Amino acid sequence: MAHAAQSLQPSQPLQPGHSAKRHTGLMDWITTVDHKKIAILYLWAGGLFFGIGGLEAILIRIQLIKPMNTFLDAQTFNELITMHGTTMIFLGVMPVIFALMNAVIPLQIGARDVAFPFLNSLGFWTFLFGGLLLNLSWVMGGAPDAGWTAYTPLSSTGYSPSHGVDFYTIGLQIAGLGTLIGGINFLATIITMRAPGMSFMRMPMFAWATFITSAIILFAFPAVTVGLVLLTFDRILDANFFNVAGGGNPVLWQHIFWIFGHPEVYILILPAFGIISEVIPTFSRKRLFGYSSMVFATILIAFLGFMVWAHHMFTTGLGPVANALFSVSTMLIAVPTGIKIFNWLFTMWGGQVRFTTPNLFAAGFIPTFTMGGVTGVMLASAPADFQFHDTYFVVAHFHYVIVGGLVLGLFAGLHYWWPKMFGRMLSESLGKWTFWTFIIGFHLTFFVQHFLGLMGMQRRVFTYLPNQQFDTLNLVSTVGAFLMGVGMIIFLVNVFLTSRRPADAPEDPWEDGRTLEWTIPSPPPEYNFKQTPLVRGLDAFWKEKMAGHKAMTPAEPIGPIHMPSATILPFLMSVGIFIAGLGFMFSRDEFSSSIMSFLFNNYIVTALGLLITFGSMLMRSLFDDHGWHIEPEELEGR
Amino acid sequence: MMKTWQAGKRLLPMTAALGLLLAGCGREDLSVLRPQGPVAESSYGLMKLSITIMIVVLLIVFSIAAYVWIRFRRKKDQDEIPKQVEGSFKLEVLWTVIPLILVIVLAIPTVKVVFAAGNDHSDDKDAIKVKVTGHQYWWEFEYTDYGITTAQDLIIPTGKHIAFELSTKDVLHSFWVPSLAGKMDTNPDGTVNRFSFSAPNEGVYRGKCAELCGPSHGFMEFKVKSVSGEAFDKWVASMKAPESVMPEDPVLAEKFKSQCLTCHAIGSMPASPVAPSLTGIGSRESVAGILLNDDTREDGAPVLENLKTWLHDPQSVKPGNKMPNPKDMGLSDEEIDGIAEYLAGYTLE
Amino acid sequence: MTTAHAEAADGTLPHEPEKATLEGRNKVLAFWLFLGGEAVLFGTLFATFLALRNQTNEGPSAAELFHLPLVAAATFLLLVSSLTSVFAIQAMHRGNVAQLRNWLVVTVLLGLAFLILEIYEFSVYIRHEEFGMTTSAFSSAFYTLVGFHGAHVAFGILWISVLIGQLAHKGLTVVTAPKIYVSAMYWHFIDVVWVFIFTVVYLLGKVG
Repeated sequence: MAHAAQSLQPSQPLQPGHSAKRHTGLMDWITTVDHKKIAILYLWAGGLFFGIGGLEAILIRIQLIKPMNTFLDAQTFNELITMHGTTMIFLGVMPVIFALMNAVIPLQIGARDVAFPFLNSLGFWTFLFGGLLLNLSWVMGGAPDAGWTAYTPLSSTGYSPSHGVDFYTIGLQIAGLGTLIGGINFLATIITMRAPGMSFMRMPMFAWATFITSAIILFAFPAVTVGLVLLTFDRILDANFFNVAGGGNPVLWQHIFWIFGHPEVYILILPAFGIISEVIPTFSRKRLFGYSSMVFATILIAFLGFMVWAHHMFTTGLGPVANALFSVSTMLIAVPTGIKIFNWLFTMWGGQVRFTTPNLFAAGFIPTFTMGGVTGVMLASAPADFQFHDTYFVVAHFHYVIVGGLVLGLFAGLHYWWPKMFGRMLSESLGKWTFWTFIIGFHLTFFVQHFLGLMGMQRRVFTYLPNQQFDTLNLVSTVGAFLMGVGMIIFLVNVFLTSRRPADAPEDPWEDGRTLEWTIPSPPPEYNFKQTPLVRGLDAFWKEKMAGHKAMTPAEPIGPIHMPSATILPFLMSVGIFIAGLGFMFSRDEFSSSIMSFLFNNYIVTALGLLITFGSMLMRSLFDDHGWHIEPEELEGR
Repeated sequence: MMKTWQAGKRLLPMTAALGLLLAGCGREDLSVLRPQGPVAESSYGLMKLSITIMIVVLLIVFSIAAYVWIRFRRKKDQDEIPKQVEGSFKLEVLWTVIPLILVIVLAIPTVKVVFAAGNDHSDDKDAIKVKVTGHQYWWEFEYTDYGITTAQDLIIPTGKHIAFELSTKDVLHSFWVPSLAGKMDTNPDGTVNRFSFSAPNEGVYRGKCAELCGPSHGFMEFKVKSVSGEAFDKWVASMKAPESVMPEDPVLAEKFKSQCLTCHAIGSMPASPVAPSLTGIGSRESVAGILLNDDTREDGAPVLENLKTWLHDPQSVKPGNKMPNPKDMGLSDEEIDGIAEYLAGYTLE
Repeated sequence: MTTAHAEAADGTLPHEPEKATLEGRNKVLAFWLFLGGEAVLFGTLFATFLALRNQTNEGPSAAELFHLPLVAAATFLLLVSSLTSVFAIQAMHRGNVAQLRNWLVVTVLLGLAFLILEIYEFSVYIRHEEFGMTTSAFSSAFYTLVGFHGAHVAFGILWISVLIGQLAHKGLTVVTAPKIYVSAMYWHFIDVVWVFIFTVVYLLGKVG
């Protein structure tokens, strides 16, 4: 096992077999560094936040069901839209993406784990504690209310005096740290841990998508880190970055936010492209059409994604030269995206398409995402965007891309890899029910919103006046949202029922698996591959199947496998950051108790949190982890 | 380049048909799809062109998808392995080049209109110059050439270019009259925006704030009233030499002066930076931008009733607005009604 | 893959011990990637500073504030510390643990001297020039950019100090070598960032 994990017991000698210290129950989950278990943690946590974000969406749609509705008050509504957007993007879909990456990538590239199992665990826990911190705002004085974009000066203390936006800046900062760590980890994993024979151009498309996505994370997240630091300093230390009275400039925030924010859109959608590129070939029994152009298109999208941010700011007033340039660069993204769509269609052409649940979602993805894509091109035209911008047309567009694109892709991926993750096949019939209710609900909800926008309904309004011809379309939209909710519930029922069935999924449950993850048991043993496989081409497993082999050719003899030790340090480090964040956030508050005031106002709580984090870091550096071994006898004994 | 233009021209009949279809959508005074002025018209033209291109793209994708789903569905007992096609250079070039051409067809008129829209008429002697200032949650309109300031109702003469200078006194807002033009943000000093539009026909158009600005963002509406040149001149004259009528009852007048005019301005008083001018409020299209003064419509009410609704509890009409509740300022219900009656009668001719 | 932890049986280290194991190579690679992210981080801070550097809000301007000889001295200290860090890695490649330790100690001391100068500089600004975080957009941008760099230096000092301790305790092994190597990468990176700060913040501030 190549790895970098270390433990608290430097003097512990290497022991044969499973006698290394192992935890069970809750401690096992808190201390695990196994990428498969971390995947499940990501899935649970992401699912939890996705559920919260979904409930927020339902509340929003109930409020908008009719004009002048009083179901929610204006302030609560603004908190809900802010938290819905922030939660869904940073805490809902990103962890589910990371869940699939963690579950699948090491298997697909024939590795026994990621490059840095310890960092993998750290990335998860910082994400989770960041997300928890953000959601604590609901019970600690009010959620952020300035929109997920937190435009200044609305998000500054002058206009948002509660701690809501502080929860936003600090929570996202901590969660973003986790994402950045995950990104670096997957980059390193894919560069160095591929099985012998797996050149870059033999990697499965999902591995490529993960690779490029991680690169975007690496170059985009530091920008929002800085943006959030500046906003935090403005709010807590009275700095003047966005404060006009002190010489600051609110438009600067928009630039920093969108320099991160637009690449973020591709961080979300590229993994979905990767999933679709796995599911469609499997269920067409045909290799991916135009593999090299798919790789090229992915890289091009990532590259262009960094130079289009100002299309979110056409109405900010950047002048005609900037508007023209960003219009054209944005439109250009349609070209590589189009390549992908046609490649998927022609993968099915001449194949034998089987409409299993994952492939249904993939099939639904293509037209739905294309609709989101074409409205994107329409939005790119700056003078037309002057009309579209900040209306329900934009809301429709990005939900077509993120829900119709990414979430359908995630559903495809979850149904597809569920047997590999849990050893149990999800029910096909319930899966199909999920698909139909969800996709019909989705189109009902969002298709009509295009027209609402064009008819003059701006976004982020807590209610609307009657007699604007908005009423029927809003009603339809709300009904659709409920149908999507039904789809989600069916999925949860499916998950629950499946969990009570025996784990009997075979190694290659879809029978037409093409890539390495289908060559090992479902779920895989903790070391993944007894022997590292030798890769002879793209779609390594399919190639062996076509050559009449039942299994991969091993690239090494059976030998002891070195495993990293479980450790609680990543969890402690994240707890420390969480405490430090809360301490900093309340450092300027007056408390009724003088002890509390003393602890917070002198940054003692912050220092304590940082001490836990850096202390854990020091422990990790001082005491080497020698790990433990799984011996060949044990491997054979299975 | 010429060729792509030709391709664009060929789309025209479809564009026209689409225009007819979309024109059924929304109110004339509000919908982007029913433009009432040249600026909205040019945005709409680009929209029609882009929607047409995009519908063509969608039709192609949907047709191929439907075909492969039906034609290449796996049959029962189908066991032979399909041919593993690596790709096709020709096809892949085809679907790189065609989208590129479509993008160029859309990009050229886009760039043209972008630069045309940059024409803000701020140096145009014939244009009416209006300084728009966004406030939480009301709009201030200052006619710099005439030295008059009003709120909520933007009165403009038909056919003239109106050159706007947009800024905000607090958070960001966005100035949007969908049927006349696209939106433009109101930024703080230092990043002031300029643009212009014109309305060829008389009418009242709905305007909205399109940038989240706080709880009552959705209620930060205003009206654009385009009137004939003479009517506009008359309005300007009456605004320039307004009578500072006060309530007839001297006690009420004193209350009004001490409680309301500390923030609001009427008549020849200098414009206030914190609250809308009340000059001629009885003639406006709405109270607070959203209570429509039109009792012929089911969603409207007489101006007096609207003023009473507003003055008795401003927070319930527009949550989070900055106007203190008159009751908290020591005004009785009768005094509030009295002021409402006075304001309803304060009209301009 | 079991060789990941193996050390040469005779106790000698390979020429580049930091790259002797997959673990070490991963560490070096990931650290390059991390520095890529750090570059974006400082790039954004620089962009912010450039956008706001003339917004002095009636507070002191860069030209009035900066005292170049002091900053030049700090720059000299940091540049030399980068050089001593190179010497340390060369000593490591020769397998000379004593020299490696000595050069690391010199590096830390130079870093410490730089940090003391910077703290002194900030305290002069705050106490005598009334130039604090809240003075102007320029001051906020200045303290954030230069302060972020200073925090990086402080972290580097602590980090390398811990590694000096580990070196004494565990000796030079294929486990400690990659740590020392990446800490040197880090040290060079913050040195390069400082060169940009010296140019963009101080020289440009004095000239413009």
